[in-house]
Amino acid sequence: MKLRPFGGLILIAGMAGLGLLLPGWSRFLLTLALARGLLVLGVVLLMQAGLVSFGQGLFFAAGAYAVGFAARDLGIRDAWLGVALGAGAGLGIAALTGPLLARYRGIFFAMLTLAFSMILYGVLVKAYWITGGTDGLRIPPPTFLGWSPPEEHLGSALYLFTLACTAVMVFLIFRYLQSPLGYTVRAIRDNEVRVEYLGLSVSRALYITVLLVGAMGGLGGALSAMSVGHIDPNLAYWTTSGEFVFVALLGGTGNVFAPLVGSIVFEFLRTYAYKYIPYTWQMGLGLIMLAIVGFAPGGLWSLYELITRRMSGWMWSWKRGA
Amino acid sequence: METALIILTDGLVYASWLFLISAGLTLIYGVLRILNLAHGSLYALGAYAAASVVLVYFDRGLWPLGSYLALLGAALVVGAVAGPLIERGLLRWIYGRDPVYQLLATYALFLILEDLMKLVWGVNPYYAYKPYGLLGIVQLGGIPYPGYSFLLLGVALLAGGSLYLFIHSTRIGRLVVAMIHDPEISAAMGVNVPRVSLLTFTLGAVLAALGGAFTAPMISVVPGLSVEVIVLAFAVVVIGGLGSLEGSAAGALLVGLVRSLMVHRIPALELFAIYLVMAMVLLLRPHGLFGMEEVRRV
Repeated sequence: MKLRPFGGLILIAGMAGLGLLLPGWSRFLLTLALARGLLVLGVVLLMQAGLVSFGQGLFFAAGAYAVGFAARDLGIRDAWLGVALGAGAGLGIAALTGPLLARYRGIFFAMLTLAFSMILYGVLVKAYWITGGTDGLRIPPPTFLGWSPPEEHLGSALYLFTLACTAVMVFLIFRYLQSPLGYTVRAIRDNEVRVEYLGLSVSRALYITVLLVGAMGGLGGALSAMSVGHIDPNLAYWTTSGEFVFVALLGGTGNVFAPLVGSIVFEFLRTYAYKYIPYTWQMGLGLIMLAIVGFAPGGLWSLYELITRRMSGWMWSWKRGA
Repeated sequence: METALIILTDGLVYASWLFLISAGLTLIYGVLRILNLAHGSLYALGAYAAASVVLVYFDRGLWPLGSYLALLGAALVVGAVAGPLIERGLLRWIYGRDPVYQLLATYALFLILEDLMKLVWGVNPYYAYKPYGLLGIVQLGGIPYPGYSFLLLGVALLAGGSLYLFIHSTRIGRLVVAMIHDPEISAAMGVNVPRVSLLTFTLGAVLAALGGAFTAPMISVVPGLSVEVIVLAFAVVVIGGLGSLEGSAAGALLVGLVRSLMVHRIPALELFAIYLVMAMVLLLRPHGLFGMEEVRRV
C-alpha cells in the first residue's frame, strides 16, 4: 500500500465530521472503537511477524491504570499527559517483558503473553489497597491543556482527541511497516532462519516490535479509560485479549486500516447484539468468528478488496463497451 | 510437622485436579496439533451434567454411595457425546490450517458453548454438595481433612494410570504415540489418522468432563467455570511440555506443591504461583519439562 497524504487528510476530516454529526451514543462507540483499535493494530503488527498475542490486555490495563493512578494520586487530569503516561506505562511493561517474549514463537508466545496479562490481572485484584481491587477506579473527566470542556462538549472533544492520536499512530505504523525493520519482521514470519543467515537480528526486530505494540496498547488503554470513565481488572483478563484477536481477524490482518474498520464494526455489532440477543450474543460472535475462519480468512478487508476488484473489472469492460 | 503434612496433602489434591483438567488438553494437542481453547467448556459441561444428575439421583433417594458412579457416568456421557460432535463437526475442517485460525475456531467454540450452557442450565448456581459430605472427615495428624479430597486424588491416579496403560500397552494407544511423534510418517505407515484423531479427542473430552464432574460437588456450579480452568490447564501443559502426558503430570505436581506452599507460607502470592512456575520453567527449558525441541527448517 502506498501512503497518500492527501487521501489520509480527507479520511481524517471525514471521520471527524462524521463523529460530530452522529448522535452522542454512536460517537462514544466510535471513540471506544478507535481506542481499542490501537490494541487490535498491535495484534495485527505481531501477526505480521507470525506471532499471536493473547495478552494485549496487559498493555491495555497498564495504560488505563496509569491514567487512573495519575488522576487519583497526582491529581493529573490532563488528556495529553494521560496518554503520555499511558503509552509510557505500556512501553515500560513491554521493555520488561519483551526480552522474554522475543525468544518464543507460536503457541508459546501466545501462552506467555496470556500469562503476563493474567499476572497483572492477579496484581490488580489482590493489591486492592492500591488498585481498588475488583471495584476498579473512577476516572474523572479529562481536561485539555487547562481547558475543561463543558459537559455537553466533552464527548466530542474526547472523540477528536482520540481520532488525532489514532491517526498519528496509524501514520507511525505505516512508516514502520515500510521501513527495513518492518520488512524484516514480515520476513521473520516467512522464514526466521533465513533472516538470521542474512545477518539480521531476529530478536532485536521482534523486541522493537513488542515495544511499539506495548506503547500503542498503553495509549489505547489510556484513551479508552478517559472516555469510559471507569477501569477495573477485567481489562487485563484473557477474554479481553481474546476479543482483540477476534477483532483483528474480523477486520483482516493485511494492512493498517483493516483493524480499525474491524474495531468499529465490532463495537456496533456488539452493541446491537446486546440489545437484540442479550442472552446469546456471545454465541452470535462465535458463529460469526467461525464463518470468518471458514469462508473469509482475510476478514472484512478481503471482502472489500474482492468487491473493488470486481468493480474495477466491470469498469474496464464497460469502458471497452463490452 | 503437621503443617508439612497438610501442605503436602493440599498440594497433591490440587495437583490431581490440575492433572485431570490438563491431561486431555495435552493429549489432544499431541495428536491433533490443535490447542483446544474450548477445553474448559468441556470441563464446565461435565460439571453441569454431573450436578444435574446428582441432584436427580438424591431426589430419587437411591443408594448414596452410588452417586459417585453417577458422577462418573455423567462425565462419560458428556465426553462421548460432545467429543465426537466437536471433532467431526468442527475440528476436522481446520486440521493443518494456520495455528491462528485453529486457535480462533476453538475460541469461537468456547463462546458458543458458554451461551449454550447458559441456555440449558440458566445462570443460577447448582449445589450438588451431597457426595462431598458422604466420605466424612479424615484425621490427618490431628487435623481434620475432608475425605472427598482423597477421592479426587484417587480419581486422578486411576485416570493417569489407565491412560498410561492404554498408551503403552494397547495397539491403538501405540498408534496414538506414533501420531504424537510424527503424524505424517504415521499416516504413511497406514495409521487410520481420522479414527485415531476422533478417539483421542473423545478421550480428551472425557478427561475434561471427568475433572468437571468430580469437582462439581466441591463448588457451586455457575457460569464462567470454563474461563478460569482453561488458563490453568494451559499453564500446566506448557510447563510440562506440549503433547507430553508425563509432562502434564509432572507440571501438575510441581504447580500443586508450589501453590500449596504459597497458600500456607506467602498467601499474597498464591494467585501467581502457577505463572511463576511457568516463567521459571520456560526460562530454563523453553519447551517445557518434557517438551520436544522442534526442528528448525530452513
